[in-house]
This record gives sequence, C-alpha cells and structure tokens, in this order.
Amino acid sequence: MTEAAVQRIESREASQRVPIAILVAAVIAAPWVVYPFFAMKVLCFSLFACAFNLLIGYVGLLSFGHALFFGGASYASAHAALAWGWPPELAILFSVGVGAALGLVVGVIAIRRQGIYFAMITLALAQMFYFYCLRAEFTGGENGIQGVPRGHLENKYLMYYFVAAVFFVGFALIYRVIHSPFGQVLKAIRENEPRAISLGYKTDQYKVLAFVLSAALAALAGGTKAIVFQLASLTDVHWGMSGEVILMTLIGGMGTIFGPIAGAIIFMALENYLAQLGSWVTVTEGAIFVLCVLAFRRGIFGELSRLLKRPL
Amino acid sequence: MLAVPLQALFGQLLIGLINGSFYALLSLGLAIIFGLLNVINFCHGALYMLGAFVAWGLLEKAGIGYWPALLIAPLAVGLLGVVIERTLLRRISGLDPLYGLLLTFGIALILQGVFSNWFGSSGMPYEMPSQLRGGQALGFMFLPNYRVWVIGVSLIICVGTWAITEGTRLGSWLRAATENASLVSAFGINVPRMITITYALGVALAAFAGVLAAPIYRVSPLMGADLIIVVFAVVVIGGMGSIIGSIVTGFTLGVLEGLTKVFYPEASNTVIFVVMAIVLLVRPAGLFGKQA
Repeated sequence: MTEAAVQRIESREASQRVPIAILVAAVIAAPWVVYPFFAMKVLCFSLFACAFNLLIGYVGLLSFGHALFFGGASYASAHAALAWGWPPELAILFSVGVGAALGLVVGVIAIRRQGIYFAMITLALAQMFYFYCLRAEFTGGENGIQGVPRGHLENKYLMYYFVAAVFFVGFALIYRVIHSPFGQVLKAIRENEPRAISLGYKTDQYKVLAFVLSAALAALAGGTKAIVFQLASLTDVHWGMSGEVILMTLIGGMGTIFGPIAGAIIFMALENYLAQLGSWVTVTEGAIFVLCVLAFRRGIFGELSRLLKRPL
Repeated sequence: MLAVPLQALFGQLLIGLINGSFYALLSLGLAIIFGLLNVINFCHGALYMLGAFVAWGLLEKAGIGYWPALLIAPLAVGLLGVVIERTLLRRISGLDPLYGLLLTFGIALILQGVFSNWFGSSGMPYEMPSQLRGGQALGFMFLPNYRVWVIGVSLIICVGTWAITEGTRLGSWLRAATENASLVSAFGINVPRMITITYALGVALAAFAGVLAAPIYRVSPLMGADLIIVVFAVVVIGGMGSIIGSIVTGFTLGVLEGLTKVFYPEASNTVIFVVMAIVLLVRPAGLFGKQA
C-alpha cells in the first residue's frame, strides 16, 4: 500500500471518530432521556438494520428475506430461555448460531442468482420459513412464545446496558468487516463482479460468507429482542418485517455506516406515534418507500456524507 | 397411495389447476413487464386485489354484475397502471432494477393499507354469476361449472397473450424492444408509449385474474400479498425468458401443489418454495431461462 493510500485510509477513519463518539454518548445517555424499553427496541432494530446494510450497502445484494434470520433467532432464543431455562446470554448465543446456520443454507441457494432474482429468492425462502413457523409446534403458532424469562436481567437499566453492549459488539464487528481487506473485496464485488473474479477472487465464497455474517448479526438482534420483550411471534418472521428493515436502511442511507441507525430511530419513532392509527402505518410506510426511491435514494447519511465530502 | 380416494385426488387436482391459472396469469404479466421495463412489479398482487375489489364495488354499489366487471375492472386497473408508469416508474427508468422493486413494494403497501382501513382484513364474499352456478356430476367427482370456466378462460387468455407477442406486429416490436430498446426507437417506434401500454396490459391481466378469483376466494385486502410471493417463486422456477415458460410453469406448479395437498398436506404451503430451491441448485437460470 502506498503512503498516500495509507494516509487516505487513516484520514477516513479519523472522519468517523466524531460521529462514533456522538453515538456512544447517545447510547449511554438514552435510557435517562427516553423510555428505556423504547431505547432497547431502537438498539435491536438498529443492529438489525446495520446487519442488513452489510449486504445491500457493501455487497450490493438486496435480501428481501431478512426477517427469516431475525425472527428465526427470536424463536430460538425465546425457546432456549423458556423451555430449556438457559440464561439470556447463552440463549442469545444459541440464536446467533441458529441464524448463522440458516444464513448458510439460504445464502448457498440464493447467491446462485443475482440482482432482482436474489431479492425474489430470499423473499420466497423467508416465506417458506414463515409457513414452517406457522405450523411448527415449538413456535406456539398464532400465539407465539410468550413470557420469555429475562433471567438475571430483570432490572431495566441493567437490561438496557446489556442490550447496548450487544449492540456495540455487533456494530464494532460490522465496522471492522467494512474496513478490512475482506470488506474491500466485498465492495469490489459490488462494483464489478466479473472483474473481481478475473482478479482471482472466488466471489461466491465471499458472498456466502458476507451473507452468513449478515444473517448471524440479524440473529443477534432478533435473539436479543426476544429476551427484551419476552416475546417471539409470527410478526418477526413475516415479510412485513423484511420490508421494514429495508425501509429503515433506505431512509438512513444504504451503504453508510451510521445511516441504518438513524433510519431505525426514525422508523421506531414514527411507528410509536402512528400506532393508534392501525393500518395507516402501512400506508405511511408505503408512501415513504415511494418518496425515498423517487427523491431521496441516498438517504439521510448518504446526503450528509455528500455535503460534508467524507464517508459516514 | 391407493388409499387416497379418487374423489379427493381429482378435487385437489382441480383446485391445483385453478391456482395454476392464477399463477400463470400473474407470472405472465410479471414476465412481460420485466422484459420491457426491467422492473419486477411488486404491486402486481395488490393490483390483482384491486381488480377483485372493483368487481365487488361494481356489484354492491352500482349493481353491475360479473360479466361487465370482467371488462371494466381490467380497464380501470390498466388506467391506474398508465398513471403509475407515467408518474412513478418512468422517473426511475435506467436505475438499478432494485429501485423498481422497492418503489412498487411501496405502492403495494399503500394499496393494501388503504383497503385494510376501509374494509378490515376479513374480506367479503362475491356472488357467483348465475350462468356459471352448479356443475356436472361425472360419477367419480363433481365438477363445478365456475371452476371449469376459470381454467378455460385463463388458458385462452394466456395462449392469446402468447399469440399476440409471437404473431402480431405489436408483439414483434415488444420482443425487439425487450432485446434492445434504443435500436427499436431508432426505427421510429415510440418506445415510451409501448412501455406504458405494456405495463397497463400486464396489470390489466392481474386485475382480470382478480375478478376471476373473486367468486372463489373472499375479496380481501391481503388476498394478493401472499400470492405474489408464490408467484415470484414460480417466476424464479420458470425463468422469465419465455412467455410460454411462465404459462407452463404456472399450471404445473399449481397442479403439483394440489397433489401435495393430497399426499403430504403438511408441505402444501411450502412445496413450491422447495421446488424453487432445488431448481436453483440444479439449473440456476430456471427451467425456461437462458443460461447466463
């Protein structure tokens, strides 16, 4: 690597120091400013959106089935905590393993097609999993798994900082992956896959690995969510959930580091305010989709990073 | 296997053919639209639902029956298609096709949300036209007239669409523009107008399917939401290369689903997705797709 390139990378990492500091401060202060459970929900969905963004933003793969990993992990951790009596940390770890395994299976099948087909395949496989969950016994069908024990994390502030720690572990991993040589190859695949192949990279392996990583991180979010809200239900595996995580990422900015977090905050706030309006939430979601695609494709952090001329 | 009563077998086969008709009609529209616009029309299911609701509204509010609705609903939805294409889809042409998917997903959410607000999610019944009530007793099974009509008319529409694209001048323009739009426009053919017509035609097919479905299923805001995902799987299995491919795949998978209901009911919801996974592993381009 030339000296100029090293400097460029160093200055780029420096440009993200300020927003990271703001993020850490905000996460630490959040439960004293807003309702802690709302903050936990935002953290779980932020992590989910960041995991999703790893695929669409850095490999250029639009997964329309990420609810499979989020919801599958939600069931796994709820089941482990309730039926097997595992402590929350172990239950969440178990759910991450389940998510990674599901990610491997879906990834191997889905990466056989690109672009628009990839989206349709992931959506179809997630729907298949939805039907499985609808019929399977351990998921509790329409009722879901309720009353998941929180173990020694009953105290809401303790719970909150536990979730915050989980979030930062996931976020740091994603940050590290994006800035690693592996991440550079992923971006090369996004920009021009035939060229990456001609350079000798086995792009299929890179894509599957990225897919498994993204699935495992989405599972980390889903597994944690089940413990926090003591509930795993069909909503978590429904295609609506896959759509929501896409919307969060789109609002915040696909391919930006902080965008998915901003998107999750906005989406959760919106959902909170519109909750009493019933189905109008869906209509609003749809309208935001249309507006974002037509006029705001870069998202909040995409626009910000263009204005400030630095990657965010 | 012999333990399965013949009656149940034929009954499910019939239901399979009905479902296959809808798969074929919808995946046909998707394939035509994708060919020219390079957009996967996610709101296809919502427009199918809209077609059923137009028919229901015509009957409830204006007393206009099934037969006129079979014409009016596709026309109305086709007009809406013109508006959607002119005002929304046109603005994102040339961008990554993923944006088209997201945009039409947004439209689907809006339509489904609005109708859920107005009508709730349980759905309403739609009366069968009197001419098609009743059925034929064939000895081994009872054959409802309406179901025969649905299968027959879907087949005719599918084959007709195929004949139009293969045998008429408009069809040859369509195929040419699918291959290379800029070359076709260099020959003086108004490609933007063709795109509008194609989109309108595709969604009109969806609305037509919606009217056909109205007397069989309940007319409900979410009737298209789950269906469209299955149709996506059908499209992946068939590959979007050929129109005849979408028709054959649609009917075959419908029948396969029906047979699964007889022999292994637990898997009837998922069999099409399993087939999709197998096809992807064996022949990624789809059964009728061109190998990339």
